[in-house]
Amino acid sequence: MRHYVLVVKEDCETCRMIQPVAAALALSTEFRVFSQDNPNFPGDLPEGFTIEDDRELANSFELKIEIVPTLICYDDAQESERLEGWDRSAWERVCAQKFSPSLPAFRPGCGSKSQDPGMAEKLAVKYGSQQLKARRVNIADGEDEVEACYDRGWSDGLPLVPPTEIRVVRMLQGTLRAADDLVGDVPPDYAPCSIEKIAINAVMAGCKPEYLPVVIAAVEAALMDEFCMHGLLATTYFSGPMVLVNGPLSRAIGMNSRGNALGQGNRANATIGRALQLVIRNVGGGRPGGVDRSALGNPGKYTFCFAEDETGSCWESYAEERGFSREVSTVSLFAADGVQGIVDQKSRTPESLSRSFAAGLRVVSHPKMAMAADAFLVISPEHERVFRDAGWSKARLKAELHDLLQIPGSELIVGAGGISEGLPEKFKDQMLPKFREGGLNIVRAGGSAGLFSAIIAGWGASGKIGSVPVTREIL
Amino acid sequence: MSSFLDPTAELAPESRIPLPRRESLVGLNVGFLDISKPRGNIFIARLDELLTQAGAIPRHYAKPTFTRIAPVALKQQIATECDVVIEALAD
Repeated sequence: MRHYVLVVKEDCETCRMIQPVAAALALSTEFRVFSQDNPNFPGDLPEGFTIEDDRELANSFELKIEIVPTLICYDDAQESERLEGWDRSAWERVCAQKFSPSLPAFRPGCGSKSQDPGMAEKLAVKYGSQQLKARRVNIADGEDEVEACYDRGWSDGLPLVPPTEIRVVRMLQGTLRAADDLVGDVPPDYAPCSIEKIAINAVMAGCKPEYLPVVIAAVEAALMDEFCMHGLLATTYFSGPMVLVNGPLSRAIGMNSRGNALGQGNRANATIGRALQLVIRNVGGGRPGGVDRSALGNPGKYTFCFAEDETGSCWESYAEERGFSREVSTVSLFAADGVQGIVDQKSRTPESLSRSFAAGLRVVSHPKMAMAADAFLVISPEHERVFRDAGWSKARLKAELHDLLQIPGSELIVGAGGISEGLPEKFKDQMLPKFREGGLNIVRAGGSAGLFSAIIAGWGASGKIGSVPVTREIL
Repeated sequence: MSSFLDPTAELAPESRIPLPRRESLVGLNVGFLDISKPRGNIFIARLDELLTQAGAIPRHYAKPTFTRIAPVALKQQIATECDVVIEALAD
């Protein structure tokens, strides 16, 4: 049994043009008409024929209408063909009849009202199958929406984007994963975290839907056991998670890897790092003064996220060093403190510049500490050029720094230099590396001018005792 | 009235009444959990000395590392062997 469904709106010139066609179909076939804007349109239909009022767009949503007019042909209740806009030969073939020769051969339709800006999300909330499970928090009419978020303890101290259902549905369009898919248990409460909860916090952080896969990967990375998110949150130390993004997605979503890469002003950098922190705060329950016992913290605990400048670098990227190809996008997490600058505007040889780097790296945590905190060295383009011109690979620079950062134990032990802080006496006659094996990493980022690089020191409990950097592919 | 989606884990606030305070430690098994921070052992040793004098029976435990929560087996062991527990942080 064949029947037809036609979806139209009066506001569309093509829909108005095909009114005689609708009248002919109503006379000769099993036929239903849905009107998106005027239940008396189309006109001139046979007496007694009922036009179905779809001003609420429920049927248009259900039928996934993108263009009007759309003619859908059903055979035995199964959709067999769909025509969008007017194409006389196609309509005549599908309807098995001839239409007025005065009609043009072809005329495109208009956008369906269900596709108006912002409407798709509204309809998805109203009629969609995506059932969001989060508890609804009612906000009184007189309540300021931003203040309401503060009052409920959701904020990191900065204003949040209120997580309305429409915004969360829109955010979830950034991923193919189901809203109720669980990614793991978030410390310190070890509360189960769904994609929906991540999306809610991403909304609040100010993310665009296209950032959501990066945020999800960052949360998953934070939950990897070796990253030790619980300890990182609870520590009295400064550290918090630093998010490094590699691969084509970092460029596709407009992340900043160049001028001011570690600073403010880029939405993706700013909001992805913030979203991760909000998940830890709101889903995990990790808050300053609660389980977060940091003595001082650091500004990166609001957000600390940047991309590596892969296209401008002569070196393999951090992700490539970790075994990922250049075509794959990844998120890496590092338990990081703030940024310490290294100024060297005079070195023009790699030997001299690497000594400057080593001198700066020597003081990570404390000049007398060794194999405690890891570090990332962020090398700017003008500094990298010195190594590029001399043909130094990243591996060679790392090896050079390793050699330069061998320190006599006698300088590090308790009491040496008149400083009580230090290593046990038993290390007095040994040479000790500043960093554990694999504890010093190098990435390239920054603007084209400025002979400056940066050290991002890590948590004093780096390595197996606490946290090791982790990398996860963005899916 | 508008509504937001709750960004938290929705852990219902639970009011719990603390166990009654012990009148005395005499004859009780007192667990000392060293979380493995520097100098925690010094703090615990002193507490052990004082509470042993007060008649407590000391029992000692340690977390493998202060950076992680205690293993479940350790928590179960303490729960089955002790009447009261002191968890010692130090630095």
